[in-house]
Amino acid sequence: MSALVRVEDLHVRFRTAERTVHAVNGVDLSLGQGEVLGLLGESGSGKSVTLRSLLRLLPERRTQTKGRIEVAGHDVLALEGAALRAYRGKVVSMIFQEPMLAFDPVFTIGDQIAEAVMRHERADRAAGRARALEMLERVRIPSARRRLDAYPHEMSGGMRQRAMIALALACRPRVLLADEPTTALDATVQIQILLLLRELQKEFGMGVIFVTHDIGVALEVSDRLAVMYAGRIVERGSARDLIRATAHPYPRGLLASTVHGAMRGRRLDAIPGAPPDLSQVPEGCAFAPRCRLAEPACVAARPPVVEIGEAHVAECRRPVTGSVPAEG
Amino acid sequence: MLQYLLRRFVYAIPIALGVSVVCFALVHISPGDPLASVLPPDASLEMQQIMRQVYGFDRPLPVQFGFWLWRALAGDLGVSIATGRPVAGEVWHAFGNTFMLAALAAAFGFSAGALLGLVAGYWRGGWIDRLASTLSIAGISVPHYWLGMVLAIVFSVQLNWLPATGAGPGGSADWTWDWAHVRFLVLPALTMSVIPLGIVARSVRALVGDILSQEFVDALRAKGLPESGIFLHILKNAAPTSLAVMGLQLGYLLGGSILIETVFAWPGTGFLLGNAILQRDLPLLQGTILVLAMFFVVLNLLVDVAQTWLDPRIKRA
Repeated sequence: MSALVRVEDLHVRFRTAERTVHAVNGVDLSLGQGEVLGLLGESGSGKSVTLRSLLRLLPERRTQTKGRIEVAGHDVLALEGAALRAYRGKVVSMIFQEPMLAFDPVFTIGDQIAEAVMRHERADRAAGRARALEMLERVRIPSARRRLDAYPHEMSGGMRQRAMIALALACRPRVLLADEPTTALDATVQIQILLLLRELQKEFGMGVIFVTHDIGVALEVSDRLAVMYAGRIVERGSARDLIRATAHPYPRGLLASTVHGAMRGRRLDAIPGAPPDLSQVPEGCAFAPRCRLAEPACVAARPPVVEIGEAHVAECRRPVTGSVPAEG
Repeated sequence: MLQYLLRRFVYAIPIALGVSVVCFALVHISPGDPLASVLPPDASLEMQQIMRQVYGFDRPLPVQFGFWLWRALAGDLGVSIATGRPVAGEVWHAFGNTFMLAALAAAFGFSAGALLGLVAGYWRGGWIDRLASTLSIAGISVPHYWLGMVLAIVFSVQLNWLPATGAGPGGSADWTWDWAHVRFLVLPALTMSVIPLGIVARSVRALVGDILSQEFVDALRAKGLPESGIFLHILKNAAPTSLAVMGLQLGYLLGGSILIETVFAWPGTGFLLGNAILQRDLPLLQGTILVLAMFFVVLNLLVDVAQTWLDPRIKRA
């Protein structure tokens, strides 16, 4: 299978006068046509930064990016000017976490969708708005024609996220990036949005990278999962393998700390400690200070990438076999 | 929308009424007898009594206020104690002069300030931002009467390019819009524009910086808009607040500046106000302040309406 998205050895550093943050430290990713990859990790693990570098949305002056990003034949890190603009929104588009913040508050939803269509397809305003209406109907916004002239603040959170999806898909992108699109929503609305996304993904045949910190959500939508910690992918595999035979202690800890399958009356197993300070890249395994299985070698040098199963790898010196404790 | 306008208009009435009470009360709060300046020091008690009756100062305060307000509504602001001419005419004439000055100062100050602010906010931290910020801080901090004097010394006395004082070769009575007259406007208008320029520039810069840090700007980039398209979004987001700042500044400008109009001997409301204070001409003072205050009320109303029209988030219902 030829990959739609290929990220190789991506490093992202943010520099300010006071300090440098090593947000992403050597990430490899690939995404096939029509595939959904779930990128799982906690705040600060580098998942959103990875996503944003795919669209080159990181502040240029303060960011240093190394590595290679290839999307549908485009060398993304080398794109400039008109080529970059033609790429953004047309080849790859993005759904943001907070639609209230991601829409311009003083333009109508219809105009904001039409604007993208007008740019990429050289359409006039009428054609742009016609597409906007079509998309709003596609994401099942009730009385879509009226919503065309609504401002973002006049809609509910769920409606806004639907409109955001309509905007992202308006130019039929080949890759959709979703940055925690359901985090800001009510639980009942979350599931509706997830189902809608899954349905549209099948219909449009897009590749999707779905960033979340919620394992349940990640499992719901993903074909494959990658777990990030301190700017690296520590384990990757098919969603089912990764959950059934979690090898790396960090995702195991994540699973053990969820309510699913835990026994009533028993305390949930939380991961001790806090994520590392990313002002320096750790020499060895970044998770070692919090890991119960860590040995001196873990801290000294970067752990090897071990194959757990078919297309299932973990970056760990002491991978575990067997199911997660809280479930068994 | 019409309903909103109507309601907004109705709200302005109590404000205007309150303002007129304050203006009227000025006479009675200020120390000293308003008649002291027109009567000789040795005037008899009987004479004082007669004058008091002529000006109506012998009646109870609420009655005086009622008469005053009634006449003010009809456009009669009384008679200047110093000149004996109707206050309304004096104020009207002075206001015309100040209006010309303010309009020119606003046109220059607002456009230059907005431009400076946009540029500085957009390229924040760059040399152009530092230059713009220095200029605007200087504009706000420099005492404008001092700046006026310096400009007059440089451009009138040293270079002899522009006249230093007055409102036209034959005074302000025969004003026409030709260079012979307009050249008298240049220095005072330039001096007056410096403060609003600085304030508008700083507000717009802060606004643009704030807008640029919002996520929707990333979202606009993510859908492939060029910077010119993003600029349009910034403009529309910055417009309502910028407009409010400008409206307020325009109010100050229209109020005239006692200091600048005195430095350049420009016969506007500030000049008039200065004279009224110096000569204890209370009817003139009252009338001028009332007209200026009403202008503020109307201007605020207009700014509010314009903001509502520009910003969909302000409820119209």
